[in-house]
Amino acid sequence: MANVPEDLHYSKDHEWVRVNGNIATIGITDYAQNSLGDVVYVELPKPGDEFANNESFGSVESVKAVSEVFTPVAGKVESINEQLNDSPENVNSDPYGEGWMIRLRMKNPGEVDSLLTAAEYEDFTKAETE
Amino acid sequence: MDSTSITKVTAHPSQNEQLIFERSQTGRLGYRLPPIDVEVTPLDDLIPATLRRDDDLEGMPEVSEVDVIRHFVRMSTWNYSIDLGMYPLGSCTMKYNSRLNEKVARISGFANLHPLAEVKDSQGALQVIFELQECLAEITGLTAVALQPAAGAHGEMTGIMMIRAFLDQRDGNGSSSKRRTMLIPDSAHGTNPASAHLSGFAVKTIRTTADGLTDLEHLRELCAHGDVAGLMLTNPNTLGLFESNIKEICQIVHEAGGLVYMDGANMNALVGVARPGDMGVDVIHLNLHKTFSTPHGGGGPGAGPVCCRRELEPFLPVPRVVKDGADYKLESDFPHSIGRVKAFYGNYGMMLRAHAYVLTHGFDGLREATEAAVLNARYIAHGLNSDYEKPFRGAPMHEVVFTDKRQSRKGVHTLDIAKRLIDYGFHPMTIYFPLIVQGAMLIEPTESVGRQELDQFISAMRAIAREALEDPELVLNAPHSTRIGRLDEAAAARKPVLRWRPHAKADAA
Amino acid sequence: MRYIPNSPEERAEMLSSIGLNTSEDLFSSIPTDLLLNRPLKTPPALSEIELLFRFEQLSRRNAGPDRSSFLGGGAYSHYIPTIVDHVISRSEFFTAYTPYQPEISQGTLQAIFEFQTLVCQLTGMEVANASMYDGSTALAEAVLMAERVTKRSKVIAPLSVHPQYLEVVKTYVQHAGIELELVDFDEQSGQVGKTIFSKLDDQTAAIVVQSPNFFGCIEELTAVAEAAHARGALLIVVVTEAISLGLLKSPGTCGADIVVAEGQSFGVPLSFGGPYVGLFAVREKYARQIPGRLVGEAFDKQGRRGFVLTLATREQHIRREKATSNICTNEGLIALAATVYLETLGRRGIQEVAQHCAQKAAYTARRISQVDGYSLRFSGPRFNEFVVRGSKPAAEHLRKLALERGIDGGIPLSRFYPDSPKDFLVCVTETNTREQIDALVDGLSNY
Repeated sequence: MANVPEDLHYSKDHEWVRVNGNIATIGITDYAQNSLGDVVYVELPKPGDEFANNESFGSVESVKAVSEVFTPVAGKVESINEQLNDSPENVNSDPYGEGWMIRLRMKNPGEVDSLLTAAEYEDFTKAETE
Repeated sequence: MDSTSITKVTAHPSQNEQLIFERSQTGRLGYRLPPIDVEVTPLDDLIPATLRRDDDLEGMPEVSEVDVIRHFVRMSTWNYSIDLGMYPLGSCTMKYNSRLNEKVARISGFANLHPLAEVKDSQGALQVIFELQECLAEITGLTAVALQPAAGAHGEMTGIMMIRAFLDQRDGNGSSSKRRTMLIPDSAHGTNPASAHLSGFAVKTIRTTADGLTDLEHLRELCAHGDVAGLMLTNPNTLGLFESNIKEICQIVHEAGGLVYMDGANMNALVGVARPGDMGVDVIHLNLHKTFSTPHGGGGPGAGPVCCRRELEPFLPVPRVVKDGADYKLESDFPHSIGRVKAFYGNYGMMLRAHAYVLTHGFDGLREATEAAVLNARYIAHGLNSDYEKPFRGAPMHEVVFTDKRQSRKGVHTLDIAKRLIDYGFHPMTIYFPLIVQGAMLIEPTESVGRQELDQFISAMRAIAREALEDPELVLNAPHSTRIGRLDEAAAARKPVLRWRPHAKADAA
Repeated sequence: MRYIPNSPEERAEMLSSIGLNTSEDLFSSIPTDLLLNRPLKTPPALSEIELLFRFEQLSRRNAGPDRSSFLGGGAYSHYIPTIVDHVISRSEFFTAYTPYQPEISQGTLQAIFEFQTLVCQLTGMEVANASMYDGSTALAEAVLMAERVTKRSKVIAPLSVHPQYLEVVKTYVQHAGIELELVDFDEQSGQVGKTIFSKLDDQTAAIVVQSPNFFGCIEELTAVAEAAHARGALLIVVVTEAISLGLLKSPGTCGADIVVAEGQSFGVPLSFGGPYVGLFAVREKYARQIPGRLVGEAFDKQGRRGFVLTLATREQHIRREKATSNICTNEGLIALAATVYLETLGRRGIQEVAQHCAQKAAYTARRISQVDGYSLRFSGPRFNEFVVRGSKPAAEHLRKLALERGIDGGIPLSRFYPDSPKDFLVCVTETNTREQIDALVDGLSNY
């Protein structure tokens, strides 16, 4: 059973968003890391890069697969999780904590409201597996 | 184990060959050159010291000839190979690599012929190219042939570039932005979209129906956009099924103004039986290292000749081998050619082997091989039907695909089945391809396997299916019989070590 | 057919065991109007005896192999130690598949790991792949990689790069949005001229330099590297005569970012142009951008070391149209031949072969330049190839030399450059004896 924390917002591409004022912390969900397998490399943007909503900001690689990751909200990159360079496996072991990927200064903070709630995301993933 | 049997000493050097660099001993020599027979000039007078190495090739190995032979012979014993037994690898056509072909390729008049020798001095070599071109044209029903591409993917790139050149000429400059979409089935080999990309095309995927065939409705829908340059397809497709609607498929694409490219990887099901040219295909590449038995060599060399219809002939790569009376010539005066795709003429040694293959089989042997290949695959499909789930009802041609749906319910997946098959003495089948089948196991025995071995393969697979139910741990931890177990590929990819370095820790356990 | 184990009787039994009557039934899913209802018009089957006779006959229509040869131009006559062919003829190497199942492919994988290491050592680079098709396609892929890495679209190359290599690059870049700018070289020295530096700008992805170049001249790579890097461009160095790496400063030490080479000189027969092997090596930071297969070190649960194909997410079977290349099958067995060659000759042998080549070439060049009517066209330092300028069209007297004296004295440059009819390219290797060289000089002085 994948973990789906209550206090986060979710996208249909399996990213999660934690909101703190105007800053959105983004990563991939437990469901996503589980499907991907052991993560070996994470490609991240640079601080200062700007993205629209639903734009590819990087990729996550396992041994046998690679997945692009998309911004659930528009914004400018404030910081990236440099630790993932040396420890990409954090995405597997702690997807919502140490596995965070980027922090965006949101362009339109209201955008989070169009994302899925924990319950909606859970239903969404259940439907996908059937 | 019987108590009177001898326990193997695993620390024996022949079991634990290290890297050559770890065997290296200063002062050992593996060669001897004749003494230099010209006046020697101080190197500084020939080439300034600033342009010369000053590291004395430090780190490069120093070993004796005996060391080299033992090194490689020991390493060779860790490999599976066609000469040992069947490779049921779908899409790879692992058939017998004839020794006669090897002998032909080593004939001095071919092996020692310089590619820039005068054309007059290369008539025999050029004649082989020309004759092979004719044979491949006859086999495919596509009359113009180029043997320059060095592998299937190289041939794909060539063929797709030819399509682009043809369209740019036919539709004029306006077509440059108009027809930029290549349609590729969702079951396609990864080289297909990669090759399309190299020619500047965007890729759109066509769905496969529940019967495992190209979805004609979806094809029509995509063609209606008006931006389709062509379709890349494999026939039989990567599910092993013959696209019986192939004529209609080609028609739809042609009516939409596009061309049809066929990936010839699966020609082993068609040689002597049916021809892509008759199906409406415009251009095809062949894999000499598949259908025509040239050896896989642990990853090549291959050869990927391209055959096409008359209309596409002007776009073939140059130089081309043509006949001029009784002589053969290299001709580059084809102004619409896409250009050269490789220095010299292609992987010539593989052409020699392939031509020897065609001549050894003869026209009837070629057809016989096709029949035997399809029969063997059908036989396996029949034998595995009760234990493994076959996702498509259609009769498989030279290869058949199964899924791990039944076994995965018990936690045993395709990867585990593949690894366990190694314990039974077989190389695993192709796994997780094509992508549209869950846990795909694609099996292609080829004609080079006898009935006993087919039966052994079937019983091995059936035994594994039983083990998956009764003793899953055995399968999950396989293989048990190899010199190393499953490797931690994730760790290898996180911190890649891609070369030996001096002072690196050697764990030669 | 003797390569098909099951006899016709066995096959008939197998057919009925699966509920079919004849072998035609196997093809029931093919529409009848598509069935080829006649035999193929390819030749009838030949027995071994007939086949060998046929190919031997054909081989005798090829004249070069019996002559003494001074032909280079991208393919080289070096001595191949006997054990190379023995090793690559072992079933377990040449009939093996690509090592996707590491547990039963450690022989192939370890050999490739050694190959990658040797290529790094010779080129002075940090990461090398498991091989490309040949030097020309390796160069094309290097150009594509430079564009990916720098996100710039211009590539500059001098006309002293092998003309066929430039043709291949042109073919590869024609739809990639890359502009290939060809510039002149210095007519006197034969090396890269000043134009190359003036063409460098902020849109340049890379400069391509061949060293020794097509005319045999050794380039001053360090200067080019510095100039390229100052503008944020990469230096791609291409080597066609790989033995030169045994004597010359490695391109990596000179500042190259990507090194590509033709490995044919390392134990690979001439074989009328192929199969050969492309070497491809880069700096560590570009490891994830490199095309082709990579073998890496890995360990199993018991801590035993093995080798495995790695960083596969760059490749076509995973990344499909976004892959670093479409390459799948490469030149595995040829890379193995090169590996055996390099390990047999080893640290001392590679240097010694290179020195023999340089000394014999110097002797040849000196003697030819002393013959009336002949001079060396370029003044730059050379390794084992050089251009001779005669006073008459070269093609004619080279032909005479070949037919009358059994000597292939060189390649007439008119084959590539119609406006240089008097020039020819001479290559000397460790296989050319003093006798052969003296006979060449004697022959030239008589025409």
